[in-house]
Amino acid sequence: MKFRGKIIDVACLNHFSRVVTTISKLTKTCVLRLTPDNLFFVLSGKVANGGVSMWCELSQANFFDEYQIEGVSPEDNEICLEVAPENLSRALKTVQNAKAVKVKLTKKHCPCLTIAAELPTLSSIGRIVTHDVPVDVIPRRLWHEFKEPSMPDFDVSIFLPHLKTMKNVVDRMKNLSNFLVIEASQNGQMNLKIETDLVSVTTHFKDLGNPPWGRASQSRNPDTMAEARVDIRRLQQFLMGQQVQPSKAMCNIVHHKVVHLILLHEDMSLQYFIPAVVQSG
Amino acid sequence: MYLQGMDCIVTGGNVKVLAKAIHSLSRIGDELYVEPQDDGLALRSVNSSRSAYACFLFAPLYFSRYTIPSENVFRCRMAIKSVQAVFRSLASLEKTVEKCHIVLDKKKNRLTFTLHCKHGLLKTHNLSFQDSESLQAVFDKDSCGNVFKAKSRLLVDTVMHFPSSLDEVTVSVNADRMWFRNHVDEETESKAMLTELCLASDEFDEFSVQDHSSITFCLKELRGLLVFAESTGLPISMYFDEPGSPVVLSVTDSVLEGNFVLATLSDDPSQRKSNTKRAQTPPPPPPDDDFMNDDMDSYLIAMDTSMAPGPSTAAPATTPLAEYTSKPPVAANHRTRIHSDDEQEEDETSETDGPPNKKFCSLFFGSVLPSSSLMSTQPLTNQEVLASDSEEDS
Repeated sequence: MKFRGKIIDVACLNHFSRVVTTISKLTKTCVLRLTPDNLFFVLSGKVANGGVSMWCELSQANFFDEYQIEGVSPEDNEICLEVAPENLSRALKTVQNAKAVKVKLTKKHCPCLTIAAELPTLSSIGRIVTHDVPVDVIPRRLWHEFKEPSMPDFDVSIFLPHLKTMKNVVDRMKNLSNFLVIEASQNGQMNLKIETDLVSVTTHFKDLGNPPWGRASQSRNPDTMAEARVDIRRLQQFLMGQQVQPSKAMCNIVHHKVVHLILLHEDMSLQYFIPAVVQSG
Repeated sequence: MYLQGMDCIVTGGNVKVLAKAIHSLSRIGDELYVEPQDDGLALRSVNSSRSAYACFLFAPLYFSRYTIPSENVFRCRMAIKSVQAVFRSLASLEKTVEKCHIVLDKKKNRLTFTLHCKHGLLKTHNLSFQDSESLQAVFDKDSCGNVFKAKSRLLVDTVMHFPSSLDEVTVSVNADRMWFRNHVDEETESKAMLTELCLASDEFDEFSVQDHSSITFCLKELRGLLVFAESTGLPISMYFDEPGSPVVLSVTDSVLEGNFVLATLSDDPSQRKSNTKRAQTPPPPPPDDDFMNDDMDSYLIAMDTSMAPGPSTAAPATTPLAEYTSKPPVAANHRTRIHSDDEQEEDETSETDGPPNKKFCSLFFGSVLPSSSLMSTQPLTNQEVLASDSEEDS
């Protein structure tokens, strides 16, 4: 099992860092799947993380100048690692001005992803920095847990408002309630609602537009709202992790079941599933 | 007329530097020890486990007035937070404070800071203090074998690679390289991220290595010095010998000298997994467990030390060093930990306190004045850090 990658372009390095930082804000540990063409950061929905799941896909060619992988076997030419993205993020942040950054799978005191770079200095010899990020190799028999999620059979699909705006709203609502209802319709309306014994607050967004997925939207009355009640912290965490406004940001809602957030950037895509919580009382 | 105390004035930009020094000291300990001396005003701080000490000495020329009592040595200590409150906003200090008048009134037990600001505004802070024994680390930079000097930027850039929460860092040197690695206790979870940075000797203004060695010390406490050095543009000098002896980092200019003395980890041979080729020296007998000694006057000496391995590419020095006896540490409610062969000690300091000094040699220094009979007003002469096992002061 071998993996070697090299990033030379400073913009690529910067973007890669940013992706990893975003992931690190969403979860403490996740699975990194390495294939010949892609890197995936995967979080499978488990009770421990409140049932949220995440799928982040990057095309390696967008970032790496050199990329060599020898997977577990020729048929399964893939490597699956469990890693703490915070460590990767930290390591990458310190090497932003390096001429080249190498990422390698190594065996030190344990299996590691080693980030190595030579930093420019005024002297003739560069400063070599290496970060050994410990990883756990995931055995093949568990790989089925980390497959690409299928698009849910949603009731409504809508473009999200500007993420910063949404974050501001959610931040304030978090002070008032632990749960938030997201509801949206096929005619571009979205409401974020909280309701407690003392107060209820609703923020209305109009004319957001709906992605032209093609299915579901036809038979449905465009004014009907689909809604899901979610743990507000999960939504806030998702929004906090985003550092840049994506090219496209969408939300699919399965009524009372799940909120599926999709962010499309130039060089990566991120999907985030927040399960709905049962309405109490 | 403050006949019994001291009276000095700091003007202009020096006020800000003084403030920075105080903030820097606050990263070490909670109390500020103030001692007006003939050679200048000494401001000192020590951490609760006595494994880190810092001292800033401001020469008389630093002040536009420096009057100290000719007789009666005076020392006091006070909560450093109170002093920090005087110099709270560094930015506004620069803009508005023209001078700072510091007066020590021994009769009233008050240290008064008066900030003379623009537009005739006077801000007066009266701080109460406690009398204190002297706090001086015994260290001799000039006798250290390994001496380095670099612009503060170099160390700041290096330290940046390590998380701010990192406690311990290991510095290893050979003839032309210096490595910084985060220290990971082998007994703790092996899942820690390892970071290593290598600096070439030509990045330093001075790089003089006598013994290839590796020392491990607390990074957190050093950061206070780095901030100070960087903001004042002074280069940092670093002095150390073998593990177990403290590492000294200093900044100097013509009118001030700052020294940060940090204990370094001393390896207990029986504890380390042996991945080095070292002669197995028998561990020393476990020292007295009497840590609650109120006596500020004794020296605590480094434990048995032995060479830690250098970086993978350097040949480790393997001479084991002599054993030392250790003494009960100083001051009430200051726990020092001495590692014994068999037990794993738990870190008892709170998270925000000094370093987890499971194995740190604590208290590499002690008080100058054990009792009134031996009271002397002479300044402490620099002595070897590794004090003898004699109880007497020299």
